[in-house]
Amino acid sequence: MQILEVIESGLLTTVQDLGRWGYQKFGVPVAGAMDGYSLRLANRLVGNQDNAAGLEVTMMGPTLAFCRSACVAVTGGDLSPQINGQDIAMWETVAVEAGDILSFAGLESGCRAYIAIAGGIEVPVVMGSRATYLRGKLGGFQGRQLRKGDCLEVGRSNSEVTIGSRVPAGLIPEYGEDYRVRVVLGPQDDYFTVESIAAFLAAPYIVTLEADRMGYRLEGAKIPHKAAADIISDGISLGSIQVPGHGRPIVMLADRQTTGGYTKIATVISSDIPMLAQAKPGDRVRFSQITVAEANSILRTMEEKLAAWNPIRPIVVQSGDCRSFQVKVNGCVYQIEVRES
Amino acid sequence: MYQQARYLPAGDKSLVVEFGNEISEAVNGKIRGMMVVLEENPVEGITELVPTYRSLAVYYEPLVISYDDLCLALGSIEEKLGMLVLPNPKIVEIPTAYGAEFGPDIEFVARHNQLSVEEVIAIHTETEYLIYMLGFTPGFTYLGGMSEKIVTPRLKIPRTTIPKGSVGIAGAQTGIYPIDSPGGWQLIGRTPLLLYDPSQDIPVLLQAGDYVRFVPINASQYHLLESQIRSGEYRPVTYEMDRRG
Repeated sequence: MQILEVIESGLLTTVQDLGRWGYQKFGVPVAGAMDGYSLRLANRLVGNQDNAAGLEVTMMGPTLAFCRSACVAVTGGDLSPQINGQDIAMWETVAVEAGDILSFAGLESGCRAYIAIAGGIEVPVVMGSRATYLRGKLGGFQGRQLRKGDCLEVGRSNSEVTIGSRVPAGLIPEYGEDYRVRVVLGPQDDYFTVESIAAFLAAPYIVTLEADRMGYRLEGAKIPHKAAADIISDGISLGSIQVPGHGRPIVMLADRQTTGGYTKIATVISSDIPMLAQAKPGDRVRFSQITVAEANSILRTMEEKLAAWNPIRPIVVQSGDCRSFQVKVNGCVYQIEVRES
Repeated sequence: MYQQARYLPAGDKSLVVEFGNEISEAVNGKIRGMMVVLEENPVEGITELVPTYRSLAVYYEPLVISYDDLCLALGSIEEKLGMLVLPNPKIVEIPTAYGAEFGPDIEFVARHNQLSVEEVIAIHTETEYLIYMLGFTPGFTYLGGMSEKIVTPRLKIPRTTIPKGSVGIAGAQTGIYPIDSPGGWQLIGRTPLLLYDPSQDIPVLLQAGDYVRFVPINASQYHLLESQIRSGEYRPVTYEMDRRG
């Protein structure tokens, strides 16, 4: 079912889900949303599964025309989303009508916004995922970023949500210009001196212009190696912090290659990847060291908070001789009761 | 190779089991062994395994299995690896047209090593190459075992486009480009085989732990194979290691 047309593409707008896991042993990068947390919440707001495909919008948003009514949500970085020129609330379920125009007035905070539409963006599933991997021209909409004139389809929505549902304040992140990012040292921290690890953990680093979906190059205190800077290639995880011979860190993100031959001093914890993905060139990043066990408890706390909030309601309620249905017509929810006499 | 593997955290959702700090068939055997055991007897919580030259990257769901429990489970597998009889590795034949438009750099490789073109082909096709790992681009194989007699440095100026299937040499390495890509390898031939097909469930023809053997073909055989592959009539020739002959 066709849902929208791209009027203006924006800087970089791609179809993303939570990534193409399971194919790294074939050399296929994971890709997926840079900020998976914001995509998950956007999906929940419109009644989708967490992993449904949405749009990732970068710094300068696109202009999109809806060709039918729909239920949408915008989360992540604040790029000032508007419908027909009027500001709309982020982190909230919003109804749009046929002919409505979704546009973005400018970057206020963060770097990437996520647009979810009830039913999810419908593109072919490639190796188990709808995520776009740009360098490999794989997945998403024809393996590329969206362009003017592209028409997107959505799948059928099987759940009901209420217009105006809102993510609780405690679950909405605040983006600034200073990011504190927690890391677990390793796997190659033994290639660095105690002093260089201390320098890495003490100094603020600036996100350079070379910051994209593959990774962020950072500028700041040099991190000297004990001796060699290169290793026999091994795997690169999400959040791996590579330090090549020049001594400056590179954080590997969604579109990272699967293997590499640079030493990795530390790895950003999974719970802090979404926040880091909202840092933009010029922002400052500070790393602090925690243990794997601490990272686990941070993850558990976050998942428990997420589990406690889910706006999706069951569809059929039956009680006595009265059957109650929720139906959705053009994205709006109606309550229907059927009494048998 | 280490006496005992090192278990190194790579964040909170993956760890690295490092068997050595060298490129060797012995290290690769350990990695392949652990992978085979884990694929046959999955440990709950492990989400993905990625073999590399010297280690196995293990991705896991920490809310299902903790780092410490995972290390224990992997450690007990490691203890038994010595007793494990691995299935015979698979050999995949790579029909390859050498020279001419298929391998424009073969004469340079021959001159550089003071060999004839025929000798370069004979040396390149006499070896079975172990696939240590895939990476760099989808389906790109890192092969080990190339003869020192045909070692050739990379091009000074990389090409902007190299057709998929190209077989090249870079230093002491040989490899096959699975997709059209830029690159600086000396091109000696090309195979019509499809090494990477994203529409397939297993998107690659060659997997880590298998071996490849290059088989020389001429231009007309290349074109015949190419049309058979396109129409789906051709199946790659593979056999178990012990049946070679």
